Amino acid sequence: MKKSALLMIIGSLLLLGLFKFPLWNIMLGAPQYPEPLGMDIYIDGIQGMNEFDIQNIDGLNHYIGMKIIPKPEDMWEFSVFPIVIGSMVVLGFIIGLLGLFGKVSYHWFLGWLIVMTVLGTLGMYDFNAWMIDYGTHLDPNAIMKLQNLDGTPMSYKPPLLGHQKLLNFDAYSYPRLGGYLMGLGMLLTLIAYFVGKRSKKTNQ
Amino acid sequence: MKKYRFQLLSLFGAVILLTSCGNNNGNNKSRGALNSSAAEKVYVAPGEHDEFYAFMSGGYSGNLTVYGLPSGRMFKEIPVFSQFPTSGYGYSEETKPMLETSHGFVPWDDSHHPDISQTNGELDGRWIFINGNNTPRIARISLTTFETEEIIEIPNSAGNHSSSFVTENSEYVVAGTRFSVPIPQRDMPINEYKGNFQGALSFISVDPKHGHMDIKFQIIMPGFNYDLSHPGRGKSHGWFFFTTYNTEEANSLQEVNSSQNDKDFIAAINWKKVEEYVNQGGGTKVPANYVHNVYDETTHMATSTMKKEVLTVNPLDIPGAVFFLPTPKSPHGCDVDPSGQYIIGNGKLSADLTVHSFDNMIAAIEGKKFDGEAYGIPILKFEDVLAGTVKSGGLGPLHTEFDGKGNAYTTFFISSEVVKWKLGTWEVIDRKPTYYSVGHLMIPGGNSRKPFGKYLVALNKITKDRYLPVGPEMEHSAQIYDISGEKMELLYDFPTHGEPHYAAGIPAELLAPKSKKIYRLDENKHPYAVTSPDQARVERKGKEVHIYMSTIRSHFTPDNIEGVKVGDKVYFHITNHEQDFDVPHGFAMIGQNTSELLIMPGQTKSSLWEPKKVGVWPFYCTDFCSALHQEMQGYVRVSPANSDIELSWSLGGD
Repeated sequence: MKKSALLMIIGSLLLLGLFKFPLWNIMLGAPQYPEPLGMDIYIDGIQGMNEFDIQNIDGLNHYIGMKIIPKPEDMWEFSVFPIVIGSMVVLGFIIGLLGLFGKVSYHWFLGWLIVMTVLGTLGMYDFNAWMIDYGTHLDPNAIMKLQNLDGTPMSYKPPLLGHQKLLNFDAYSYPRLGGYLMGLGMLLTLIAYFVGKRSKKTNQ
Repeated sequence: MKKYRFQLLSLFGAVILLTSCGNNNGNNKSRGALNSSAAEKVYVAPGEHDEFYAFMSGGYSGNLTVYGLPSGRMFKEIPVFSQFPTSGYGYSEETKPMLETSHGFVPWDDSHHPDISQTNGELDGRWIFINGNNTPRIARISLTTFETEEIIEIPNSAGNHSSSFVTENSEYVVAGTRFSVPIPQRDMPINEYKGNFQGALSFISVDPKHGHMDIKFQIIMPGFNYDLSHPGRGKSHGWFFFTTYNTEEANSLQEVNSSQNDKDFIAAINWKKVEEYVNQGGGTKVPANYVHNVYDETTHMATSTMKKEVLTVNPLDIPGAVFFLPTPKSPHGCDVDPSGQYIIGNGKLSADLTVHSFDNMIAAIEGKKFDGEAYGIPILKFEDVLAGTVKSGGLGPLHTEFDGKGNAYTTFFISSEVVKWKLGTWEVIDRKPTYYSVGHLMIPGGNSRKPFGKYLVALNKITKDRYLPVGPEMEHSAQIYDISGEKMELLYDFPTHGEPHYAAGIPAELLAPKSKKIYRLDENKHPYAVTSPDQARVERKGKEVHIYMSTIRSHFTPDNIEGVKVGDKVYFHITNHEQDFDVPHGFAMIGQNTSELLIMPGQTKSSLWEPKKVGVWPFYCTDFCSALHQEMQGYVRVSPANSDIELSWSLGGD
């Protein structure tokens, strides 16, 4: 039980990485951008990979009528996400600590993971919904109004995960260090559950 | 990308085919292999970068051009002493002061000898200096922005030719006069030259932090022609060497009259001694008029200051500071080897090179073995200072550079060749023809303590048939040689812009990483800058109209302006709001009596327009900045002088 509780504590603490490192990253490369433009998505806002990337992405996006990339104050998510993650870290840490002193069972670890997974899925859903909105609700007076072959207006929604071609740009969307640390943390809590379960069995 | 790779592959295929052909034909083997290896040595594949930067003086273009080695590709022309309509240098309100002199606005000069700043005798890549030969000036160019930052005029000088060479730690950039003149200038008969004219050698201090230049002192020398110079280095650090000709002091038909003495001199100047003397209050401050122009990177503006005084030094007042080393046949180039031991005087009317020894010179000075004096300056005995003579077999030696491996390379103008010889043994190792009549040569770092002896560039004076003919007037020609082996190998010919005299090369890795991409808008301190489009406005001050304008892809703010009148002086102050690499915007107004502006991201430039006709006159962006570049335009309404239309401005009908 001691080992699994420690894994639970470490796993939940790894989420703290999200306060320092980006969760996700979208990169835009094109022939005239040999050094791609990129945005790092943090739980409390979006930042350019290079200092002026956001300004330059906005500058390009104005041709197709996309809204400017939101500042932290423009989206409630950027004030709520840090609270949610912070709360989950504290919660996971307390559960782990209680597990260490035998006050709660390993089932609590799984419970935490389920809550975290639900929240994470909701977060991804929300993120995707924002990207759909961002990529499809375009300024009707946009300079370039492009259509798909079937006549419907072209969407510029970046992919949720992976690569997609958007006009002359190659968009790449992948997790970054904060996201990987979160994934690793969640994996550790899952392991904590199984380790706890097995040690219970052997003790019996 | 795929296509591109395929092309590269087929290119490789072609190379393999070519070389294998050569191998199959026994007789052609060596020739085929040689040709293909020369091609490979200068081939820099698409998207790849060169190994060295080469800065070529522009000669009568007045500017400095930047090339890559070994490819010979030209990257940029840096405007220095000449108006440059491409960017608006010398036309924009901010840069007009750069070309101010005590003679007024001089739109041109003849730039000769670029030299890169040094620390401990090695290239440090902070700045490059170059001389204006005609109206004596020295310019300093930043090697992060590759733009001219400062120009200082040299008083009491004429034909600023033995310039602009830096000392081992860039303590001084040195400017010597080619023409001797009356000092101070005065109305006098020309044929009283002898004994009355004098030559000024100027030591310009360089601020180690900002590079700002200031004339520390001028040594007023006898009325010879001071042709070229180089600093001592290593053991001879603290000395400077100048070749002289016309020690005959002829004032007419110098071609003949200056070529009568069998030997002229190399003037050896112990500048440390002179520095000590002036630091202790020595020297005479004399009235002078010379202009100092400084460009500030944060205000994006140049300012001119007229200086009224210069400190002159009479060499006779500082015993032991100046000596003459007899050197045969009107020496031209004056070069010092990487160790600082050998001073090479290239007697341009001779077949041989004269090499003086620094140690011998010091011994002769200490032993007071003088062979008379000239205007009170001791002349050392030729035999006492001579280290050796290179019997080259060529004719008309001009300049020498070094590879750092104990070899020297000298150009021969008349016999049109480069000769490689060994320092110390003076034996000739190799010679290769140049096309044609080579002047200077350049090895990156070849006149420093640490040369990069891989390539040699010969800068030729005559082009003739080297390229497709383009009428009587053509660019000059350069050749690049591989000097990594025992024998030199001619690799490539390439045309160079203007008339390059000297050049300076430096490894790309020392400059490329610190080259600026944009100017930061939040550091822009230009008094007429607008840092946000909502500050854009038009103001009238009497007859002056100031338009505070911003640009971003793909519009000007504002782009409709009314209330301008005939007879107004309209200043467009344009700030480029882009903060993206390589997105300049241009500006041009119909009928404007000046050049366009090319404004880099984050920069502000101003252009004057004096409308003479009533009407609605368009302006537009001259740089193909974006897909909607053709839409980047605007109108100014010009009303009669007595009109009472109020100033107004707008963008998008707002």
